[in-house]
Amino acid sequence: MENPYLPYPVRIDDIEIATEDKSLKTFKFVFINKEDEEKFAYKAGQFAELSIPGKGEIPIGIASSPVEKGFVTFTVNRAGLVTTHLHNMKKGDVMGIRGPLGNWYPWDLLAGKNILIVGGGFAFTTLRSSIIYMLDPENRSRFGTIDVVYGARTPGMLLYKDELIEWEKRDDINMHLTIDSPAEGWAYNVGFTPPVTEEKAPKGDENTYAIVCGPPVMIKFTLPVLEKLGYTHDHIIMSLENRMKCGFGMCGRCGIGKELVCKDGPVFTLDQINQTPREY
Amino acid sequence: MEIIKINKKDWNGGLAKSRKAYRLYGPIRVADKYFSEFGALAEDEVPDMSATDTRLSPKSIAFPPSEVMLEYTLDENSEDCNIMKVPEKEYPHRAIIGIRPYDAAAYLLVKKNFDTSEVRDPYWCDAYDACTFIGLAVQEPSLLDFSTSTNSGPFDESGLDVLLVDAGDSYLAKVITDKGKAYLKAAGWGKEAGKDAAGKIEALKKKAEAKIQSSVSFDNIRQKSVMELFEADFWEDTAFACMNCGTCTYVCPTCWCFDIQDETHGKKGVRLKVWDSCMYPLFTLHTTGHNPRDAKVQRVRQRFMHKLKYFMDKYEDGIMCVGCGRCIRSCPVNIDIRNVCQLMNG
Repeated sequence: MENPYLPYPVRIDDIEIATEDKSLKTFKFVFINKEDEEKFAYKAGQFAELSIPGKGEIPIGIASSPVEKGFVTFTVNRAGLVTTHLHNMKKGDVMGIRGPLGNWYPWDLLAGKNILIVGGGFAFTTLRSSIIYMLDPENRSRFGTIDVVYGARTPGMLLYKDELIEWEKRDDINMHLTIDSPAEGWAYNVGFTPPVTEEKAPKGDENTYAIVCGPPVMIKFTLPVLEKLGYTHDHIIMSLENRMKCGFGMCGRCGIGKELVCKDGPVFTLDQINQTPREY
Repeated sequence: MEIIKINKKDWNGGLAKSRKAYRLYGPIRVADKYFSEFGALAEDEVPDMSATDTRLSPKSIAFPPSEVMLEYTLDENSEDCNIMKVPEKEYPHRAIIGIRPYDAAAYLLVKKNFDTSEVRDPYWCDAYDACTFIGLAVQEPSLLDFSTSTNSGPFDESGLDVLLVDAGDSYLAKVITDKGKAYLKAAGWGKEAGKDAAGKIEALKKKAEAKIQSSVSFDNIRQKSVMELFEADFWEDTAFACMNCGTCTYVCPTCWCFDIQDETHGKKGVRLKVWDSCMYPLFTLHTTGHNPRDAKVQRVRQRFMHKLKYFMDKYEDGIMCVGCGRCIRSCPVNIDIRNVCQLMNG
């Protein structure tokens, strides 16, 4: 068994500014040792520790999709020591990635089901991974309808905008993009994510699951909307965050009751979350 | 079960002989202090077999307070610049002499965390695997000892390779595993004790257990839901005097939480695994400033809930406590896990 603390060496292949306020950048990494890419086989919804020698590590959701080969991408908000350092790094720089870590959205359970995705702000990374995965020609027939409600403050704060516009044009995915207040040239919804969800999202039933990721305030107002639409708590899937170090269930800090967010999560159903202390 | 008799006159000689194949650890009297600590014995040093519980538990043998896990160079002229490497580490055989039976049992609880079917902490596991635990039965339990009620006890064999029982001018050495047998052989101790030895050990065990005056019960905790206990009304009172000093977590043989930190000196650096504690706000602080366990009461509750409820539910086992009493002895404000357990068991 390999040393789980040892990161795979990677090289930064590309850096893109992801939002108009420049607080988020998308980093594309390639593995320095080709065989590491195979070892890093992941599923949509998992995360990894980005590891910068001398600075530390930071757990970030994987934004690329398992169907995209040859690289992995992460969209990172500049917030603390490691992420600020990362934002100052350049193409070609070498660092480490440890993972994949945590569980994933329950793709076996979701097969054959209708999927509603509700995302807000920059919590759209593993949702992007999931959408790319489901839209892949190999996988699209395995799912029913796909609805996506995605909101941000302004058009420029939406992540992966080119892809969003492309998805808008497709007929096998129903996009419901929204921004907080009207903006010039914006052709889609205006308003916060919860009311747009209430208006546009499909009704909940046995065959429909909702995956919800966003800032706490969005979650707070979206959950009652989903309940109203008929989604039961075991059909609402969420991804939690907590301070983490090891990422595989040993260092002890990310616990919510007996569950460890890093290992038993980050993906939980609302039903599961309701049975644990709200310590996240 | 094989029982070997070790004449105390042969004790130091046997230890010396075993050093050819083992690095020895044992309780060492701290100069000018009233307590002992567990540590590696110097070449001519013998373990203090009369020591009471060491102040810190012996968990540090496999889980040092600070341990180098990885190393790196930031020298741009090096082809390994920014690439983490595992330093070469050796894990020679270690004999842990005179460990308390419940301290050895604590290793089994900690093992559940570090050695799982999915992932293995190589540092803890390799160090643990290199250990041979030569325990010394506790015949004079401390007033704070409640080990008999935690599924352990003063003669608990579960975590040991050999159990030594002081029989006056000799030790009766009960061989529990092949590892233990190999150590006794390396020390040159092989004289079979008489037929009455097993009975004698049993009698001394009963006598020691009878001296233990306190206990905990946790049967009802098992039945209660996490949320019922989490929302109980006694946490504020329990946490009232706590200063969040973290001493309880450092002295505890079963507390395993750790931090990972990078330390750079010049262009070289190491990634360290260091003891951490759920008593500290930084343990759970998010970068955003949000802290899910911001208040003292939340952190105190976390420690007791982890030990007495979450562990039990997660592993369908007993509690994450062997009843050594160290946290009670060292707590500057007299918080007593036995009382908290009683409140939770209600």
